[in-house]
Amino acid sequence: MNDDAMNEIVQEFLVETSENLDQLDQDLVALESDPHSRELLGSVFRTIHTVKGTTGFLGFTRLESLSHAAESLLSELRDGRLELTSARTDALLEVVDEIRALLTAIEHTGAEGDRDLAGLVATLERLQQPDEDAEAEAEPDAQVPGAVEQVAREAPAGVGPASRAEAPAPAAVTAPAVPAAPRVAAPRVAASEAPGAPVPASSVPASPVPASPVPASPVPASPVPASPVPAALPPDAPEPAPADGHRFASERSVRVDVDLLDSMMAQVGELVLARNQVSAHVDALDNQALHQTVQRLSMIVSELQEGVMKTRMQPVEQLWSKLPRVVRDLAALFAKSVSLEMEGGETELDRSLLEAVKDPLTHLVRNAIDHAIELPAERVAAGKPETGTLALRAYHEGGQVVLEVTDDGAGIDPGRIGAKALERDLVNQGQLDSMSEREIVDLIFRPGFSTASVVTNVSGRGVGMDVVRTNVERIGGTVDLTSTPGIGTTFRIKIPLTLAIIPALLVGCREQRYAIPQANLLEMVQLRTGGTHNDIERIGGALVYRLRGKLLPLVRLDETLGYAPLATDDGTDAVSIVVLQADGLLLGVVVDDVFGTEEIVVKPLGQHVKQVPLFAGATILGDGSVALILDVIGLASTAKVEEVAAGLGSTGADADEAGRAGERSTFVLLRVGRERRVAVPLKAVSRLEEAPVDAVEQAGRGRVMQYRGDLLPLVALASILPGIAGEEPEPEALGDPPTSVPVVVYSDGERQLGLVATEILDIVEGVFEVRAVGASPGILGSTVVHGHVTDVLDVHAAYELSTKETGRVA
Amino acid sequence: MSHESPQRQASDGAVQYCTFKVDHLLIGIEVWRVQEVIRHQPMTSVPLAPREVRGLINLRGQIVTAIDVRLWLGLDRLPAETPSMNAVIRLADEVVSLLVDEAGEVVEPALETYEPVPSTTPRQIRSLCSGTYKLEGSLLLVLDTESVSRITLDHAVAPQLAGTRRAS
Repeated sequence: MNDDAMNEIVQEFLVETSENLDQLDQDLVALESDPHSRELLGSVFRTIHTVKGTTGFLGFTRLESLSHAAESLLSELRDGRLELTSARTDALLEVVDEIRALLTAIEHTGAEGDRDLAGLVATLERLQQPDEDAEAEAEPDAQVPGAVEQVAREAPAGVGPASRAEAPAPAAVTAPAVPAAPRVAAPRVAASEAPGAPVPASSVPASPVPASPVPASPVPASPVPASPVPAALPPDAPEPAPADGHRFASERSVRVDVDLLDSMMAQVGELVLARNQVSAHVDALDNQALHQTVQRLSMIVSELQEGVMKTRMQPVEQLWSKLPRVVRDLAALFAKSVSLEMEGGETELDRSLLEAVKDPLTHLVRNAIDHAIELPAERVAAGKPETGTLALRAYHEGGQVVLEVTDDGAGIDPGRIGAKALERDLVNQGQLDSMSEREIVDLIFRPGFSTASVVTNVSGRGVGMDVVRTNVERIGGTVDLTSTPGIGTTFRIKIPLTLAIIPALLVGCREQRYAIPQANLLEMVQLRTGGTHNDIERIGGALVYRLRGKLLPLVRLDETLGYAPLATDDGTDAVSIVVLQADGLLLGVVVDDVFGTEEIVVKPLGQHVKQVPLFAGATILGDGSVALILDVIGLASTAKVEEVAAGLGSTGADADEAGRAGERSTFVLLRVGRERRVAVPLKAVSRLEEAPVDAVEQAGRGRVMQYRGDLLPLVALASILPGIAGEEPEPEALGDPPTSVPVVVYSDGERQLGLVATEILDIVEGVFEVRAVGASPGILGSTVVHGHVTDVLDVHAAYELSTKETGRVA
Repeated sequence: MSHESPQRQASDGAVQYCTFKVDHLLIGIEVWRVQEVIRHQPMTSVPLAPREVRGLINLRGQIVTAIDVRLWLGLDRLPAETPSMNAVIRLADEVVSLLVDEAGEVVEPALETYEPVPSTTPRQIRSLCSGTYKLEGSLLLVLDTESVSRITLDHAVAPQLAGTRRAS
């Protein structure tokens, strides 16, 4: 056999075995909760047996002797002569790690290296003695933490070699999809039962595998007992050549080199661009036949694009497959009891994105076990089940994939976060005071933030959530979190389905178009021509815009790109603001024009252009011209938005003071009854609705309206206005009964409230001096708008009133 | 930079050069470096980039940076109404387009006509050219494309400074 052929076989063996090892990890952890499962034991045995056979065949003697020792132990276990104790599980997991290390060595050096295996082999042999159970338990007590620690440290490295092993050789693209079902089934069940095992196991000698009871029949998902996972391999496949070791590859799938897929994707990207260009040209022609042909071409290209993208898709469970092991080891390390639930593992994602979220996801899982989930005793004290739950969920939402990591741990206490942020000088007291709880919790994503009071070797080394956020945003995704102290925390990673072709918004600045990735886009605001744009203000040289009462830092794209202001710009032209989000930062960008959206292919920039931090790449538009892609983070930092944003806390306070002397504010102007005018602050208005009269229903003394699947309590303004309240509470009774009533919907995040008026007149903005004249419950006072005396509504009081009403209803 | 030895090409034997007119100068670039010469292309300008970077062109789907050789050599810009030509050349790790006035013929000057760039030529030109050949009736300046790449990088520090200035 020549060298090339040999190398190929070795490569094949490496790929094959590293896949098998992942399976082993899962099977072993699953076994812990179901130590008697013949199926699982059989599967583990066969895997090890295959490794042993192949290594012997290839002449890797050390690997062979190790797997032989493990196989002997497994054969005892499989035949029921021995019980699977946690010491034995640990030893077997250690075997998996050692095999991985040896494989890495073989991959890099071609030889097995000189790792010391004697100890492990001896342990394996000792564990084969039935009467050694008790002793064996005692020793691992000392040994396990070490082993686990090593695992914890090696876990990322272990990930590395495996994926590296895939790179040069044809990687498993379709093959892993086949075992998908059995794989999920096993870890889900296993993981949720596993927790009991690792921790107490070492403290309860002689009685192997304590708490977790078998009766629950933990493998319900595997349908036909005899067949599931390992069926493809004859029970005693003798010394198989690597190719025969294919346990999962079905005849309907092929292995494809990832590089080939990448280049196909690139070509399809080009094709999409060319298609866009052809369409643009054809649009200018008057040729019906050509139009139709191009339309057809366009459809085919779209389908092709979709098809090629699908080939790159891999189920999320691929990403999750290593986590049961990670969770088990970490839980043991921190003496915590954690059950892992996984849902939606079949959700698919582009493989490059999958790769990119691997580390952030692992980090979140580690964090949850290290920091969030409490020690069993603490949990019991807090009235929670002893075993914490860590839930992973994946699902599609609006063209994106959402990955959730939820724990039922201690939750994130904004007070603690705030104190820590102060201590770390991330914010000052003034800024902190002006922040909402949500914003405070969001501080954990700031660089240099880490709340671990003890730095552990797993998480909490100061590099943390900021890296998670950066990594996710690098691929056009977002991370956010919701947390309730005492109840738990959910991290939500949203990522686009694919990176290669992204939708982008095209904006104009000085006769040139720029592309902004739509992932960064929140909304667009258009200020009309003719106004003086009072709502754009300067704070210390920086521009801000009041977006629904919140100050939004603004940058002018032209200014940022180094253009002088247009001579014709007298501040009265229409202004387009594109509201973007990146790095936890909101940013308004003032652009000259907003064009539509277009599918773009991100292309790299040359060395000369790359150094301008504002551009993330370039693309070719439908008309064949080149457009630069704006880098939102670069844009924000170049424009010094962070400082502006940070400065907002203090200037916000100034503004408050100014507010007492007459702050600018925006009101919705309403007519109630024949001529009463009421101004309600726009700030908390979530919508203006026109509700059909018959949608308003009586519930007890209060009125409600069915609104978006909920009951919206209504307050008739007429009923709280002094003067009208007594005489005529029914504005509809005046003149012809209208068929609908205007409702101003308020929302403060938790509660909703609908204000019923007679007519919505206008939205006004300016400095209004509110006098206490006419103040009464629900009315702050009055002011003059457009020459009319206008009552100003007290929104808080209105909420109170509605609560009272609902109270009566209940 | 100007004191770097320009002798490398001269000692390697006769070399073929593509020639280009840039203002009053005749510029030579090694033939193997030149991928193609194309007429003027619509360009997307890159704000804040080095001054010499005139923009990006779409070269059959590949995005290529266009560099104005006139600005590089410290010469005046071509009048706006006169279209320039794109000499697309291969650098170590990318392809760039050099904007020149006109493309000339390919020449293979005799080695003995080689001389270093005269010390009286403007500094900027001396720093970018590795030497000259005395052709009949004209002088061929050999553009050192490696230094072309290097010099752009040096210049590229400028936009960041400019950016800061503008932002403050």
